[in-house]
Amino acid sequence: MAGLLKNGIRAATLARQCSRLAVSQQRSYSEMSFTFASPANVYYTAANVKQVDVPSFSGSFGILPNHVPSLAVLKPGVVTVFEEDGSNKKFFVSSGSISINEDSSVQVLAEEAHPLENLDAQAVREGISKATQEVNAAASEKAKAEAQIALECYEALQKALEN
Amino acid sequence: MEAIMSRSVVLFTPQLTQVRGMATLKDIRLRLKSVTNIQKITKSMKMVSAAKYARAERELRPARSYGAGAKAFFESTELEQDKTQPNQMMVVMSSDRGLCGGVHSGICRELRNKMNENKGSVETKLVVVGDKARGILQRTFRENFLLSFNEYGRKPPVFADAALVANAILDVDYKFDVASLYYNTFRTVVSYRVTELPLFSQEHLAKAEKITTYDSIDEDVLRCYNEYALASLIYFAMKEGACSEQSSRMTAMDAASKNAGEMIEKLQMTYNRTRQAVITRELIEIISGAAAL
Repeated sequence: MAGLLKNGIRAATLARQCSRLAVSQQRSYSEMSFTFASPANVYYTAANVKQVDVPSFSGSFGILPNHVPSLAVLKPGVVTVFEEDGSNKKFFVSSGSISINEDSSVQVLAEEAHPLENLDAQAVREGISKATQEVNAAASEKAKAEAQIALECYEALQKALEN
Repeated sequence: MEAIMSRSVVLFTPQLTQVRGMATLKDIRLRLKSVTNIQKITKSMKMVSAAKYARAERELRPARSYGAGAKAFFESTELEQDKTQPNQMMVVMSSDRGLCGGVHSGICRELRNKMNENKGSVETKLVVVGDKARGILQRTFRENFLLSFNEYGRKPPVFADAALVANAILDVDYKFDVASLYYNTFRTVVSYRVTELPLFSQEHLAKAEKITTYDSIDEDVLRCYNEYALASLIYFAMKEGACSEQSSRMTAMDAASKNAGEMIEKLQMTYNRTRQAVITRELIEIISGAAAL
């Protein structure tokens, strides 16, 4: 009886060791420590995800684990996160920054970030017409540029909703 | 010297007790009433700050992850600050509101020590957010002030506040070699710690050794990134500071209410004793008057 118990314990220890081994192996070949946050919300903190697609001023690009270290600036658009289990989540971001570091950690910090399903199509349409008016009505260069930025953001929002 | 002693020790001095017993009684009553009112005020301030603290603490959690994200790049590039450089800048996070224990004075003390440490060899400019720190630092470091912000601390900080401060720092005509951000890090309800966070200029960043390992970096990207990171770090520091301030105000007001309670107890005792003494004296007067007839 005692022997059986001993065996049982041994088997459990072995299994645990093996599982730890498996986990550590899995970690070594692809691990991304992904952080995605806005001042008000945190969507991912040091999470392991498969891939992240981000819109930047130098063009949209995808980030896989072990991406070359880089910095980029976010532009209004959709961030798509492909999670470990294969599902994907989409967020709209207004602006912010992306940093990919040597240790394969990725930080996407957005000034505003919201899941796509939270966006209101009606409000976006109204925003576009208002922003268009403002672009046309703007008197100074600065006001015009500001209105232009608003319009671009709204257009990106609408594009995000259409897809 | 004597004045200081008497102020801190004597709780209540009955004046001319024997001659004007009634007036003294009135004095105590007035005093009792005013202390009770003070206690009411401190109690309600405690309630208010408890509610504000709960909110600040809730908002601190996402801000911490956000701040960690903003710091990650600077940590992984392993930038070092050379504290002997001549042009330095210190950004101080305080607020407009007082009555919150040692939140503001603690941060100013730390800053004063740092300033006095390397006085003479370096020029340090101050960027002060909040009236309280400005009031404390103005006397000694008036000529070091670069920027100061007020109308801050009444409401919970938002990203726009941080962006405003960051913009002003970027726009101001001062080239710094070394910059740090001073703020209170919230630990528990009763404790916070003054923290120094290094800030880097774009030139400094571009010269970093590890920056070469980063791909596709041009001046524009670096500038945008650094500007945004500055705002993010300031936002993070603001949130930490706001949470420490509210928690500290809560404890300070709790202690004040307790002290007022003790004072009320003592005054009540004195009041009752004096009243009894007055009654006794009047009785003696009546009785002895009757006996004399």
